[in-house]
Order: sequence, then C-alpha cells, then structure tokens
Amino acid sequence: MKEGEKAAHGRVADDEYGAGLDPPYLYPDYVGTRLRAPKQPLVVLPHTLSELTGPVYGESAILPTDNDLTRQHEGEPLGERITVSGRVLGSDGKPIRGQLVEIWQANAAGRYRHAVDTHPAPLDPNFSGGGRAITDDGGWYRFTTIKPGSYPWENHPNAWRPNHIHFSLFGRAFTERLVTQMYFPGDPLFPFDPIFNSVRDEKARQRLISRFELDLTQPSWALGFRFDIVVGGRDGTPFEEPHHD
Amino acid sequence: MTSLPPGLTPSQTVGPYLKIGLLRELITGEVVSRDDPRALVIRGRLLDGAGEPVPDGMVEIWQANAAGRYAHPEDDREDVPLEDGFLGFGRSGTADEGRFEFVTVKPGPVPYPDGGVQAPHLVVGVFARGLLKRLVTRMYFPDEEAANASDPVLALLSPEERSTLVAVQEDGFLRFDIRLQGEGQTTFFAV
Repeated sequence: MKEGEKAAHGRVADDEYGAGLDPPYLYPDYVGTRLRAPKQPLVVLPHTLSELTGPVYGESAILPTDNDLTRQHEGEPLGERITVSGRVLGSDGKPIRGQLVEIWQANAAGRYRHAVDTHPAPLDPNFSGGGRAITDDGGWYRFTTIKPGSYPWENHPNAWRPNHIHFSLFGRAFTERLVTQMYFPGDPLFPFDPIFNSVRDEKARQRLISRFELDLTQPSWALGFRFDIVVGGRDGTPFEEPHHD
Repeated sequence: MTSLPPGLTPSQTVGPYLKIGLLRELITGEVVSRDDPRALVIRGRLLDGAGEPVPDGMVEIWQANAAGRYAHPEDDREDVPLEDGFLGFGRSGTADEGRFEFVTVKPGPVPYPDGGVQAPHLVVGVFARGLLKRLVTRMYFPDEEAANASDPVLALLSPEERSTLVAVQEDGFLRFDIRLQGEGQTTFFAV
C-alpha cells in the first residue's frame, strides 16, 4: 500500500484498535486507566508524510557509559549483574539499525530513583536506572545492568509488579513509536499483574518476556537475557523502506 | 481494522517513573532555542476524566521545519529546504498542574497524499501512567483559519472534534490543553 491508501476513514473503538496485540486504553483491573482512557472512538488517521516520518538520533546522541548502568557512578551498584540484549526488527523481519533504545528501571531492591517512589526499600547511590543504546547494523542493542527488584504498588491490596525494565523506541516513523516493558522468565507475579495481563492475547503477552540465554551470559560476570523487539504500525499497513530516487 | 503483521511487540504503560529514562538532556521541549527570533511557546495542561491534572505524564511533538520539510529520509522533496540543526522533535514531561511546555517554530504546510496540502500542524503523542499505549493527536494553529478550513485531516472531523485540535492564542504563548476523557475530550487518532 502507498501512503494514504487506507480503508474507510472511519472511527475505531478502543478494543478494536490494535486488537490481538496492544492492551485497550480502558482496562479496569489497572485502576489508573479508568480516568485516563478516552471514551470517544478513535479517528482513523490517513498516513501522511507527518506520520511516515519521525525523529532519527545517531551515535552522537549517546555517551560510552549510557548502555552500562553499572558504570555510571564511582562504585558498582548492588544486585545481580545482567546483560540484556536483542534485536530491533521491523514487521518485515528486517533489522533496524541506528535505532535509539531508551530504558529505565528500579534498582535491585525494587526502588526507583524518583521523588514519587516512596517504597521503603533502599536507594543505591551507585545506580540511577536510566540507559540508552544505539542498534548496530544487525539491529542489535546491548545493555549491562542489574536485575531490577519487584516492588509494591497501590493498584489493589497486596499488589506487586513483576520484575521489569521499561523500553522506549522510535521505530522508523511516527507510526512505529513504541513504549513497552520487558519481563523476566518464570516470574511468579505474572498471574496477578494487571499491566502484564492487559495484553489479552496469550502469544503477544509471551513476547514481553525475555529469555535466558547461555550464549549471552558472560562467564564469571553476568547472566544474559535476550529480548527482541518488533515495531510496526497498528493499522496493518507494512512500512515501506524510504525510497531514494 | 486489517490484521496486524505477526510478531509485533505489544505496548505497555510508561508508568510513573518515565523521567528516569526519557526526560534527560538529549531530548527536551526546546525544539529550537528560546533565543531563536522565530521561537513560539506552546503551553498546555494534561487533564484526566475528572478534570484533574496529570502530573506524571509526557507529551511528544513531531513537526516539519518552517519551510514544511521533515528531517527524515522519507521526505525527499529537495525543492523544500532542510534546516541545519533542526530535527523537529520535542518531549516535555507534565509537572505540577499537569503543565507541559514546548519552544518551537511554526511548521510550514506539508503535502497530503492525494496531492493536497495540510495546514501547519504538530503531531502529538501522549504517554502517562494509566495509558497502556500512546495516544496520538494533532495541534493546529489558530492564525491559520483558511488553511485549517481546507485541511484534509480536519475535514474528517465534526466541528466539536476539530475545535479540540486548534490551539488558543494567549498573551505570549499558544495554549493547547489535552483532555484525556469526558467533557471536551481531545480528539485522538488511530495510526
């Protein structure tokens, strides 16, 4: 399909937009959605140059320590050192190179370095919890960090978030912008977490879980977790590579 | 909607701690310097369905330069100049009272697929705790009445829907409030 060639310029209901993939806006088990989910149907936006473009950041955007969250301070943070790595791919399966990947996470005790986090777990003076990487020619990114702890939140009685790392990517166009969370295999909190379970499709939900890989594990240093990310527009239109005449 | 390609990664909320990863030195609300003689200031509030401010969200804008060219390979119109150092992307956290702010220039008109022209606009993304995926909207300019009246995207909307997308001229800045739900809800798009 070319730009602008789309089905009827109609309206789409919350639960139909990205159905089978993304969570709906309104997911009442996640209490925070109740007053923030729009109630009017979404207007289907024809893809114009405004949507088929997007910001591009390069190597110059990051510092050498940005992808190693264990080396951003004088000393080393406490916790289980891990490597998190994977490929950023388009919906056509092709690697996306030169892509800025931004992450943020709690420390090993389950505490964020943030004013509104009042969980009585210790802050770590050697851990900020933010990282950035740029994908290489194969679409690979790589972070060294520590495994984030789980932490309580006030959604429902005795609510705890599974261990997770937040990821943010731009994709190749405004339509492909993605913010998501990476989880760890075998987390006992999965059945109880409404954010994880807001992704209703079982297979899609499983794609949020990283997998342990011995090949990524650095001997005598850090366990390795693999997390591939596939970005694409939500209207079923495959993205075409930029054309150069 | 048509079926989605297999294997896409689902969206998850940014949560309340997005600042740690996303509101850092690289990307700010200053798309251009405040010293730029063309600079205009956009201020707004992010409000929830109870009319309460959302103080832990984030708004992103993406736009063409003043000539109407996007700094991206997909926009290969060489007759419209690129501008050195102008990327066209901005990001503002929402703080007390749900306030966000951008400093930028008004983009030029950009083409529409059928050969038409779109009125100057920003594309806008909204993220927050409680939003399980990005919300997408657009901001148009109040002093572009004629261009807005013939804009092909605004033409898809009812007058009420349209009015939520046009900023309001205040003394020294443009006001663009974003209402997530309820009375006067901002019009959001599926992309």
